[in-house]
This record gives sequence, C-alpha cells and structure tokens, in this order.
Amino acid sequence: MPDATRDGARDGTRGSELCLSGKGVTKVFGIGARRTVAVDHVDFDFRKGEVISIVGESGSGKTTLVKMLLGLTSVTEGDVFFMGGRRDISTRRLKTEYWRGIQAIFQDPFSSYNIFHKIDAVLLDCINMRGGKNLPKEKKTEMMSEACGFVNLEFKELTNKYPFELSGGQMQRLMIARIFLLQPKILLADEPTSMIDACSRATILDMLLNLREEIGMTIIFVTHDIGLAYYVSDTVYIMEKGRFVEFGGADDVILRPSAEYTRRLIQDVPKIHEPWDFTKRASKALAR
Amino acid sequence: MRNTLRQASHSANFMIGFVLIIAILIMVGVYPLFNPGSPLDMIGLGTFFKPGMYISMYDAAETAPSYTLRIDGAAAKRIDAKLPQSDRESMKRWLTAYGVPEDAIDVDDLNDLLNLWHNTYDEDARPAGLTSAFRRSVARIDAALDGLLEPLDVRVYTRDPQSGEMNETARIRDDQFINVSEVVTTRRLWLGTDNFGRDAFKELLAATGVSLKIGLIAGLIATALGLMLGLLSGFVGGLVDDIIMFFANLFTVIPGFVLLILISYSIGQEQRGATVVAAVIGCTSWVWTTRSVRAQTISLRNRDHVNLSRLSGHTLPRILATDILPYIASYVVMALILQICSGILAEAQLSMLGLGPKTTETPTLGLMMFWGMTYAAHQNGAWWAYFPVILMIALVSFSMNLMNTGLDQVFNPQLRS
Repeated sequence: MPDATRDGARDGTRGSELCLSGKGVTKVFGIGARRTVAVDHVDFDFRKGEVISIVGESGSGKTTLVKMLLGLTSVTEGDVFFMGGRRDISTRRLKTEYWRGIQAIFQDPFSSYNIFHKIDAVLLDCINMRGGKNLPKEKKTEMMSEACGFVNLEFKELTNKYPFELSGGQMQRLMIARIFLLQPKILLADEPTSMIDACSRATILDMLLNLREEIGMTIIFVTHDIGLAYYVSDTVYIMEKGRFVEFGGADDVILRPSAEYTRRLIQDVPKIHEPWDFTKRASKALAR
Repeated sequence: MRNTLRQASHSANFMIGFVLIIAILIMVGVYPLFNPGSPLDMIGLGTFFKPGMYISMYDAAETAPSYTLRIDGAAAKRIDAKLPQSDRESMKRWLTAYGVPEDAIDVDDLNDLLNLWHNTYDEDARPAGLTSAFRRSVARIDAALDGLLEPLDVRVYTRDPQSGEMNETARIRDDQFINVSEVVTTRRLWLGTDNFGRDAFKELLAATGVSLKIGLIAGLIATALGLMLGLLSGFVGGLVDDIIMFFANLFTVIPGFVLLILISYSIGQEQRGATVVAAVIGCTSWVWTTRSVRAQTISLRNRDHVNLSRLSGHTLPRILATDILPYIASYVVMALILQICSGILAEAQLSMLGLGPKTTETPTLGLMMFWGMTYAAHQNGAWWAYFPVILMIALVSFSMNLMNTGLDQVFNPQLRS
C-alpha cells in the first residue's frame, strides 16, 4: 500500500465518478529463478475527467501497467474496474467493446505505424471501429479531414502517403487525430512526447489537452518526466519498482513530496539556471 | 513490393542465380517441343550407349544417295580402327619374344607394324616363354590381318520372297560416302542412353522438371506449415507455444532424414508418386522455418504498431497477415528458396536409397542416380549416366543458394553495403 494517502488531494479533483480503478494489480513474468515482479500489488482510482500522471524511472513497471490497463497483457493477480464494474475482457467481442472506451498513444511514433499500410488505413480503422463502416466514401473523407484539421494537418497532403514520409511530430499528431475519431472515454498516453523534439512537444501536449476538453475524456499520462507531470496533471502517481510509493494532487506531491524517491526524481530534473552537481548524482547512483 | 523487386534485381548474386534457374526452366520446358515423346521410352536395346549421333545403318545403305569421295588416309584409318590395341600389344609381345628389339616396334604406326609382321611372322616358330594358347591367338590375329590391306567391297544381299534366292542389291565400295543430312532417320543422343536404353539427355531434362516440382511442392508445404505454426506459436504464446514447440523440438531431436526414410518406407512402393514424396518431404522439414518465424514473431509482437492494431479491434488472423507477415516476408521468401533446394536434395537422397517416387512412372534426378548406381555406371565408365545428373543437382542448388545469398544481402541490414 502507498504510505502517503492524501485525502485532500482526492477531494480537489473535478469529477468524482471512478472510471478506472484497480485493486492489488500485479504482473509477474517468468517462473522459478527467473521470476520478476514487474507490477506489485498496486491500487489506484482514476476519476472521470482527470488528467493523471504515472511517473517513474525506466524499468519501474509503467509500461507493463499500461499494457495491463489496455488489456494487451493478462493481469497475474488483482482486479481492474472499468466504469463502475469489474472489467470483463474474456472474449474478443468484449475486448473490442472495451477498446472503444479506452485507447492509447504510444511512445515511439515511428514504430506505431505499420510501414506497409498507407496512413489512410489507420484513420479508416477508427471510423470502422466506431461503426462507420458503411458510410459513404465522401463522409469518411470528411471525417478524416476534420480529424486531421484538429491536429493542424492537411488531410489532402497526407492521403495516399506512407508513414515513413511523415516527420515524427506529424506522426504523433496523426495519432491524436486517431483518438479524435475514436473518442474514447480514457486515453492512456505512454510517454507520448519523449521521442519528439521540444517544440513539437508543447504543441502535442496542448492538442491532447484540447482534445480532452472537446470530448471530455480522462487522460492517463505515463512519463518519466516529473516536470511534464506537474505541468499537465491533476493527480500524480509516483511509481518505483512496480509499486506506487506516493500519490495525490499534483501540487501536493511535487511541492511537498513525502517519499524519498519522489524527492530524488524532482532533484534529478535538469535546471537551466543551476549548474549540475555530477558528484552528488554519482554518489547517489552508487548508493542505489 | 515493386521497390523490393528492384532492390533484389540490383544484387548480382541474386540475378545470376535467377537467370540460371530461368535458363534451366526454359530448357526443361522447351526441349520436349523439339523432341516429342515420353522421356521414359526405351529406345535403345542395350545399356549405356555412348553419347553421339546415331544414324540408321539401313537407311544409309538402302535409301541415302551415295557419293564417291577420295579422301587420303581413309583406308588407313579404317584399318586402324579395325585392329584393336590389344591385338597390337599381342603382336608386339610375339615379336619381342621372337627376337626383334623392343625399340624397333611401334604399335601406333600401323604400316610399319604390318610390314615388320609380314617379314618376321612365322606360324611354326616357337619363341621361348609363350604359351601355346597365346601362339594360337596370335595365329588367329595373323589370319584376320590378311583381309585388312586389300578391302573387299561390302555386298548387300536380299532374299527374294518367291524363289528364296539371295540377290545382290547393293555393293558398297570403300570410297563411297553418304551425306548424314540425307539419311532419313538420325538421332542425336547428347548424353547417350541409360541402363534402360532411354535417351539420357531427354530424361535428364524431364527429371529436372519433376525434381523442381517436388522441391517446389515440398518447399511450399514446409514453408506454409512452418510459417503458420511459427506465427501462431510466436504471437499467441502460452500453451499454444508450448505445444507447438514440443513437437518442433521432437522433430529436431529425431534426424529429419531418418523420419523421411521411415515414412517413405511405410507408405510403400505402390503409393509413392512424385507428389506423395514431395508431401512427405514437406511435412518433415517445417521445423527450422517454424523456429525462426517464431523467433521473429516474438520480436515483432510487442511492437507498438501491433498493439495499435489490436487496439483497433483487428482479429488475430488479420493481425498476423497484415502486421506481422509483411515484416518477415523477405525472410520467408528466403526460407522458401532454401526449402525448395533442400527438398530437391532430400528427394535425391531418398531415391538413391530406392525410397523415392515409384521407379517406373516418373524420372527424377535421384532416380537417375539410383539406376546409374545400380547398373554400376561409374564402374563401366558410363559417365553420361550419372555425371550430368550430379552437375544438374549442383547447378540447381548452387543457383538457388546464390539467389538466397543475394536476397540476404538486400534484406539483411547487417550485410547491406
């Protein structure tokens, strides 16, 4: 159990209805000597309309947690609750239904696309998934143009192109256009900006937040960048070695951290106006 | 796809292999048009006729117009051909025993030898160290020599059906010639005949076609099986993976060839057509394709585009076909080429053991080797019955491996220059 429960932070959130929560969610890889606990009995309550950040260093189990939440990997132990009820994704139909409500943007836009398909296919899939399979072609094109317009892309310039003809920023924006078409209730964004240059980063974050306003979805950011988490989120979960060591309102956690790990994360954020103290970092690394 | 083909066509290795294979295929396809008839027709009554141009003696004597040509040395050549080397050696042995110095005898100069012989030979002489049997055989050679220098015309007689009398119908002088192109029936046997008297060249081409077909069927079956099992095992994982890999490991531990022998044997000679043998080869050689496709699939299944495809609600077959298969397609093509090649080799090995396709109905490269070996072609000096087959197998597998290497250079980023 996280040791720092802050009830005050929870009260301050916008929505009160739970949309995704978990009890003792655990993922174990391998057996015997190779047994690795990637996610270790984590509890969480994500509320509707919130922006939640899950922060942790590489290897802390963030991506595994995301995959479990998306239903791409099985949960070894524990329960996930979705929209008030226990999540049931035992059949393919239920899974597809679940994925209408929860979608994701991945870290690397360059590997998010099937390089053999034109990018139209990605957007058409979304329309099909929303039940628009039999719409006339003009209507589909109009929807795709609208989605591209939302992320400042010109559909006419993109149609019939292959993913490798786009820049990384364009690809990631197209991923947001995909979410725009799908209109899920929850969006899991797994480090959506870590492979993007700093200028595009702000644009993409703004687009995601705009999209949230537009269709009223919950965004779960997964990131190693605590600065970003502070900038965008209402609630922050700090993850270390498969456990949540601290969570609460963004201000509480970042400005008044109680866990040692959180303090270290905050210290490690590079600051422009201060020289880096490498000696301290090195000794800390040794101490770990 | 077009881009891939263009890339492949820039690889010299690939193109050489490709052109070789196409050339072989064209020969296999086109030659029967010029030389119709079953390749299994036993045209020669006898075994292992030498390669060469065969012209009808009857037609030459009966129907072809004759021309008189005066060619110097023609007679000498004929006598040369008539007196075998062994007889000359016997003559030399007699002469040396009789007392002629050895360096005065030249068995290669026929005139010299015959002059010496006529001047020296004495039937009643008993040179020391020669058995009477040998002396008698030399006497026979001497008797045969008489006709050699003054040739008699060859006379052709036919029997009158009514009276039964023999009438001379043709008389062939030693300076009469025929033009080969005017002989009605001739047959060029490029590689002579095999032990059954089949035209070996024609059989070789037909056998190459059948062997390629066997290789293709075996390769397609093995690749399809390996691909399907590998994709399933790698992508689904868990119990499915365990079961498939259990069988794959089983097949790896038992040598494939032993399995092949056992299955072929239990099928029985009657049931073993070319297709059945191909299917058997295909069904025993899927293991390595499975293993490597599985490995590649595992590395692909956690890619984001696959996750995204799953999130878009695509079905398992669709994800396998559109999100995994295109990424490993180049590898699968390369595996297919190698499987075809090893299928041809496996058929040859099986047939050499007599477990190949039913022997009487189809020619295959392996069966040609089998019969060549059974009839001791290699001991009889009938190189044409087995060496071209070896060469053809080598050529086919060489060109396929070359294609594979070329593709590897194109697709493998570690080898790309």
